[in-house]
Amino acid sequence: MLFRTLAKPDFKALVERILASTEVIGPKRVGTDRHGRPIHHYLPVESFDEIDLDYETTEFSAKTYFLPYKENLCSYRFQDDDWRQEIRYRIQPRAIIGLHACDIHALIKLDKALARDFFPSPYYISRRKNTFVVGIDHDPCEGGFCRSLGTDTATHGFDLFLTDLGERYFVAIGSDRGFRALSGLPAAEITEQDTEDYLRVRKRIAAGFKTEINVQNLPNLLDIEFESPVWEKWGGKCLSCGSCAMVCPTCYCYGVSERVSMDFASGAKTKQLYSCNLIDFAVVAGGHNFRPNRQTRLKYRYYHQHRGFMEAYDEPKCVGCNRCGRTCLAGINPVEVIRDLQAEDET
Amino acid sequence: MKQLFYPFDISLESEMKEPLDFNRRSRTKDVDRVFRAEITNVIRLTEMEKLFQVRIMDDAERQRFTFLPGQFLMLELPGYGEIPISISSAPTNKGFLELCIRRAGTVTGALHKARRGARVGLRGPFGTHFPMEKMKGNNVLLIAGGLGLAPLRAPIFHVIQNRSDYRNVHIFYGTGSPEQLLFDYQYDEWRRIDDIEMEVIVERPDPNWKGPVGLITKLLDHVEINPRETYAIVCGPPIMFKFVCARLSDLGVPMQRMFVSLERRMHCGMGKCCRCNVGSTFTCMDGPVFDYWSVMNLKEAI
Repeated sequence: MLFRTLAKPDFKALVERILASTEVIGPKRVGTDRHGRPIHHYLPVESFDEIDLDYETTEFSAKTYFLPYKENLCSYRFQDDDWRQEIRYRIQPRAIIGLHACDIHALIKLDKALARDFFPSPYYISRRKNTFVVGIDHDPCEGGFCRSLGTDTATHGFDLFLTDLGERYFVAIGSDRGFRALSGLPAAEITEQDTEDYLRVRKRIAAGFKTEINVQNLPNLLDIEFESPVWEKWGGKCLSCGSCAMVCPTCYCYGVSERVSMDFASGAKTKQLYSCNLIDFAVVAGGHNFRPNRQTRLKYRYYHQHRGFMEAYDEPKCVGCNRCGRTCLAGINPVEVIRDLQAEDET
Repeated sequence: MKQLFYPFDISLESEMKEPLDFNRRSRTKDVDRVFRAEITNVIRLTEMEKLFQVRIMDDAERQRFTFLPGQFLMLELPGYGEIPISISSAPTNKGFLELCIRRAGTVTGALHKARRGARVGLRGPFGTHFPMEKMKGNNVLLIAGGLGLAPLRAPIFHVIQNRSDYRNVHIFYGTGSPEQLLFDYQYDEWRRIDDIEMEVIVERPDPNWKGPVGLITKLLDHVEINPRETYAIVCGPPIMFKFVCARLSDLGVPMQRMFVSLERRMHCGMGKCCRCNVGSTFTCMDGPVFDYWSVMNLKEAI
């Protein structure tokens, strides 16, 4: 990988240059929660100053810019007794500034599930390839367990990745596009001092992690503990609201529905992100529900995260951001659920 | 100022310009593009089920359309919705397809009102198929319960068309009552084929019923097969194939040689929507056809 350093005002100049021609998304402070902590969302910004790069975490992940909550798969024009189908993909470039390493890993996982191997999704690929991604290092967020899942550092999946060294950024260049974006800016070759400073920051970040879980044994454990009372305990609290899947940076499941315009002249097939915790997730024709109770549905969420995805791609789907734990209205926290399962195994 | 980012238009990629073929899973293409198809005939089978004969309208697309017995399609009624449907016709018929559909919801309800000439959208074929190649040289048991005869017809046609590749062939079919029997006009034809045994059983006979009465497993009581040289395809509701497969296992047929087709409500057919998730896999990708040993090992498959 190529590395450079960039003075902070020069990075600001870079973002302004992007803003001149391209939509820019960044972490924006939108309010304060009941504990007085700032709330951030990834939102479109008009100027560099709206971006707050020193944010801890966001309530929602940035996946909506790659997998919108609602997206038209195609539209139909009806005429007489016939119809015609139209499909459009997004081709407007966009930049996202300030993703943390866990969210970049989320994109890498989505790439594996949606852009490779079988039936690559042109909708996802269009958005992914048209998005310029700038990541940034940050001290661990509260409750985050990304280090346990190996997603606390990113080595690919971005165009540029910044590490704050005080007056300047240590910049990892992940793509030709990232390299070209820096051209014309006074980005300097790294010195021994830069490397030393960078490693010191990395060390500080690594030392800051408080939450740790062991995920090594999960694929096997989930199979053995299929009937565990742990699912009763946590599933019994679940409100089946689906919030966890909405804020999750890697949950990609969806439902498809169609609607027709009021004048019957056109229609659209729409994909809407879904959640495996919603009651009708596994209903089939005739009304039979393969997962009628919430315990089973919650269990399958973990099953997909830590076993299903593992079997397909040799890594868990979870990136350890703990957004689901923070947002859950019933207080279901992935760290506690997993620890409970492991405790069950030891008794 | 020179352009910072070049827009990427996926529809200009060379793979996207290839003819649409869902059998080439690894290619990037318009995966939500449908084949326009026309309903050529509607055949009433029972109160609840109709057989729709459809034809892919574009000549080239129709010729290119190939599938294997056991695969399914996504059938779309623009404005109503899209549903997974198993293909019920012979694979040699290519883009002239038969779909046996029970009236069960919004889309199938609308479809049951559709007439000859109506245009629908098709995507597919998707999923795994029955291993007709591997079954060559063996006895074949083709067993269906209720609506299970719909997906079983493709392998039945395949076996009939390639009769010399297989040894003894039995077709067993069971339903609740005689009026629920599907494709009753075809049994006579199948029975008359030299060396194919076909038996039909119902649970609740009416006064006109002359055939055997009971559950489908009863038909297996007096079948004489060498279990080591036998393959079975079992289609029907989970409760039915569970008992049939258990019975076959008692007879000595290895579970890896029994094949069943699982039903889930797919929304994409391409391993993306996760709606047909069973255990750690997806029914649309690793299924709908599974060997029974795999089904036994999948959580909550039945």
